[in-house]
Amino acid sequence: MSTRVQTQGRLINRDRPVSFKFNGTLLNGYLGDTLASALLANDQMLMGRSFKYHRPRGVVASGSEEPNALVGLGEGDRFEPNQRATTTELFHGLTATSQNHWPSLNYDVGIVNNTLSRFLSAGFYYKMFIHPRPFWKHIYEPFIRHSAGLGKAPDSESRDADRYEHFYAFTDVLVIGGGVAGLQSALTAARAGAKVLLLEQTAHLGGRAPVDGGTIDGMDPDAWVAKACEELDALPNAQIRTRTMGAGVYDHGYVLGYERLTDHAPEASGPRHRLWRIRAAQIITATGAIERPLSFAGNDIPGVMLASAMRDYLVNFGVSPGDRTVVVTNNDDAYRTAIALVQAGLKVPAILDARPNGGGALMDDAKALGIRVETGAAAVKVKGAKRVHSVCRGVQAGDGEVLEEIFCDAVAMSGGWSPVVHLWSHCGGKLFWDEGQAAFRPDHARAPTSHDGAPFVITAGSADGEMHLNAVLQNAANAGKTAASAVGAAKGDAAAPSGDAPDEAPLVPVWMMPQGAPRKLRTKSWLDYQNDVKVSDVQLAAQEGFESVEHAKRYTTLGMATDQGKLSNINGLATLSHALNEDIPQVGTTTFRPPYTPISFGAIAGEARGEIFQPIRKTPMHDWHDSNGAHWEPVGHWRRPYAYPQPGETVEDAVQREVLATRNSLGLLDASTLGKIIVKGPDAGRFLDMLYTNMMSTLKPGRCRYGLMCTENGFLSDDGVVARIDEDTFLCHTTTGGAESVHAHMEEWLQTEWWDWKVWTVNATEQYAQIAVVGPNARKLLEKLGGMDVSQDALTFMGWADGALAGLSVRVHRISFSGELSFEIAVAANLGRALWDKLVEAGQQWNITPYGTEALHILRAEKGFIMIGDETDGTVIPQDLGLDWAISKKKTDYIGKRAQQRSHMVDPKRWKLVGLETLDGSTLKDGAHAIADASNENGQRNTQGRVTSTYRSPTLNKGIAMGLVLNGPDRMGEVIELTAGGDDTVKAKIVNPVFFDPEGAKQNV
Amino acid sequence: MLCLECPYCGVAAEETDLHPGGEAHLKRFGPESSDDDFTGYLFHRENPKGVHFERWRHVNGCGKWFHAARCTNTLEVFGTYSAQTTEPPKDLLDTIRAKRPGFTWRDIA
Repeated sequence: MSTRVQTQGRLINRDRPVSFKFNGTLLNGYLGDTLASALLANDQMLMGRSFKYHRPRGVVASGSEEPNALVGLGEGDRFEPNQRATTTELFHGLTATSQNHWPSLNYDVGIVNNTLSRFLSAGFYYKMFIHPRPFWKHIYEPFIRHSAGLGKAPDSESRDADRYEHFYAFTDVLVIGGGVAGLQSALTAARAGAKVLLLEQTAHLGGRAPVDGGTIDGMDPDAWVAKACEELDALPNAQIRTRTMGAGVYDHGYVLGYERLTDHAPEASGPRHRLWRIRAAQIITATGAIERPLSFAGNDIPGVMLASAMRDYLVNFGVSPGDRTVVVTNNDDAYRTAIALVQAGLKVPAILDARPNGGGALMDDAKALGIRVETGAAAVKVKGAKRVHSVCRGVQAGDGEVLEEIFCDAVAMSGGWSPVVHLWSHCGGKLFWDEGQAAFRPDHARAPTSHDGAPFVITAGSADGEMHLNAVLQNAANAGKTAASAVGAAKGDAAAPSGDAPDEAPLVPVWMMPQGAPRKLRTKSWLDYQNDVKVSDVQLAAQEGFESVEHAKRYTTLGMATDQGKLSNINGLATLSHALNEDIPQVGTTTFRPPYTPISFGAIAGEARGEIFQPIRKTPMHDWHDSNGAHWEPVGHWRRPYAYPQPGETVEDAVQREVLATRNSLGLLDASTLGKIIVKGPDAGRFLDMLYTNMMSTLKPGRCRYGLMCTENGFLSDDGVVARIDEDTFLCHTTTGGAESVHAHMEEWLQTEWWDWKVWTVNATEQYAQIAVVGPNARKLLEKLGGMDVSQDALTFMGWADGALAGLSVRVHRISFSGELSFEIAVAANLGRALWDKLVEAGQQWNITPYGTEALHILRAEKGFIMIGDETDGTVIPQDLGLDWAISKKKTDYIGKRAQQRSHMVDPKRWKLVGLETLDGSTLKDGAHAIADASNENGQRNTQGRVTSTYRSPTLNKGIAMGLVLNGPDRMGEVIELTAGGDDTVKAKIVNPVFFDPEGAKQNV
Repeated sequence: MLCLECPYCGVAAEETDLHPGGEAHLKRFGPESSDDDFTGYLFHRENPKGVHFERWRHVNGCGKWFHAARCTNTLEVFGTYSAQTTEPPKDLLDTIRAKRPGFTWRDIA
């Protein structure tokens, strides 16, 4: 059984017991435990079920590479699935639940998949679920969706109760990893005078060295680490952050760090996670190495663990994973585990060393302790179900014959070490295959390069492929020195401490154990624990032609689980290359992508949530709208009233009321959000002639003109009224959503094409409030306020005038987007509310009715006015909309003119704008299509047009619509059929798009 | 995330402060141009693995457009320069020729 031993446990505090819950059972651990170590101490070896076969799984690693021990953490709004027990620090009251089983962890019905596993081989889904076709939608997909996914998604109604933040940092040298290599690199760089930031993903500095032993400058590694930290703490130019992972390395020295502030102490105040957004001139990745499993049958049975993990649990947490542990290895390092176990009073019945000649000094040490060592040996298979029962010993060079069954309750395995090259690779660092170490190592000649073309990532210590303590320290000091001199820091002591540890004999690569394992064993030899990929699956993929590593990965799902193949990738690659009869470097690796381990969505979002997700733009009249029942509509970042439903009134009813009140008497619209761009300078007229399809340079001061703006592709992009203020000055109105983009469009052409033209532009949208006073009584209201002459003679249609109304300085534009007598009044933003209040008060005698955006839309549609974004969608040119009258024939050029001459643009078969009137008076559905005869080659009904705007018109008391129809303008009176999907069709007549007052009598008064 | 120095305000601008503007030094063809010329201007773009000349705007900053010469492969930035020019400055081209002997881009070599 796994249990707490009475000695060791350098990271736990035995004076601070902590209680926690696992699957509802109250258990005890110590402060300093991880959830995994505390579970092991309670003999809870079984921690989860595998994804595909629901096999019982125990913890296999001790760090962030753990594939099996994934749990659901927390409850309610704080519930999170797929959290690694190995990186979860224990705290009082922690609640964890195991995943992927029903009805319980111990008894899981899904284990039936395990029995069926020979039918569930690689590519099973592709092969099985393709025929018969109709089964996909109704049977296969629902079934797969039901069984897919590890863990349970949080309740969609729950809201994250915690706070998160972003933090910006700039440093000369960023060191990622706080093991002895990272500390030495940081020391060397900081002593030289560089500004240094060191990130360590765990709560502890020192990494593996204190567990692995040896001495540094004659000191115990723990003592050396304490001294190094002390020195770094004292240096003003060095900073250390623990519980902060280097998540990703990006272009030009940009790095994301992920700090977990309160995961271990949920009662603490402050943000839970912090996303560090770091710019570093030089990055040292001292991220260590990860031990590889060995591929023997039954290597996933609970109790089989990485040798280093077992040592970690014993030394760091005082936990023994078993009473009798067999060690299986191809290298010297695993001997440390055997020695540590025996020294703690536990039994090691045998070390099975696959190397024919065994190991070096560490083997001698083990033998001296009386441990039996079998060389050239293999674990043919591990027996057991929910717990290891025994190991069958055979010969590594053989084909699986069992020579002996060794009874034990744990197995420590080691297949060698892979440097953690993820961060080196994120931004393009390349690797080379080191035959001797059987590992990919960073290729210094092909480092990621920064803005100056020079390398900006340096690997240090075992991340660089150095495995001996002394070599690690020398390498790390060199990395620190290189980084410091790259940032111009060169003073101080660059000497490295000396590390003393036993020399190790070389490993012998073992990719399958035993070497000639028959199929029966290979189908139980796991490569990827989390996604249930076995040696036989990768071999099958190769056999079926998935020769590229990227294809084989996706076909088998090797390395695609939440651990992203940290344990499985190299073993999988080696298996694939053997199956393909190629060398490992030729097969290559899959792409390393950030983040290194999953980071929370909360950290990514930071402060941007709820009310401050994005800024809301409010007009000066916002509060009035809010207190008068506005039903809000987001328009870009603005909020605009959609309508003002009164008590007892639906939104739809309010819209209809607002339209009628405006047509019959007086309406009021807050038009402040319309873009207002001032274009000024001697060449302003010439510039606007290029920007708009119409001629703007001939506009007289005091007059307004409606203009269309196109992109160089010819497509209509924005529209609005341009007022000429004086000879050199124009005021260009844009759509609400277009203000910023139109201004940017102007600046782009001015700065990059016509930079010698004397024109200046200013986006003055927020400097003015704008109010449209609309309806037959509009003039009477303005006259009642008094202050300026707004008579028909003084202020003619499409004219503007500066003056005063009710004592406020205003500019009145006589323009109309409704077909009614209409004045758009601009006033300084700070006076917008005052003017609005005066208009509302004075307008009472005409039942003045504020209206929202939907009434605005209906009013314009009744008049056949187009709306950017309804009638246009980026594929429509002005000619499609019958706007030829607004396109100058005299101008030799404007933006979009040449494109509008292209063959497709002058094709007579382009759909054109018409009005549509249903025969039964009903309102067409948004997005309805006009159907044509016959079907296309995909069996879909042909179409001959589509609806772009559709409303119920209260003025005409029927449905009205605009749409683009093939040869539409030539088919007036013809009836076509439309559908919005399904079999229902509606008949509509093609009519003039101007439904109301086609003579314009109402606005010319 | 790239970092480019704005030649107008001198700020080392993060990519999130910038707006990309595609290939630099396009010659505009207007209404009198041939179909081929216009299609080339509107649609055909270089896609080099190596030296490239691009337009960027310091949009969340001084608002100015500028040009950047950089390597799309190694992310090396050779320099940034004014938007008000139809070709890269000679000293910049000399720098690039020294660092990337034999490079070509459109009709520049």
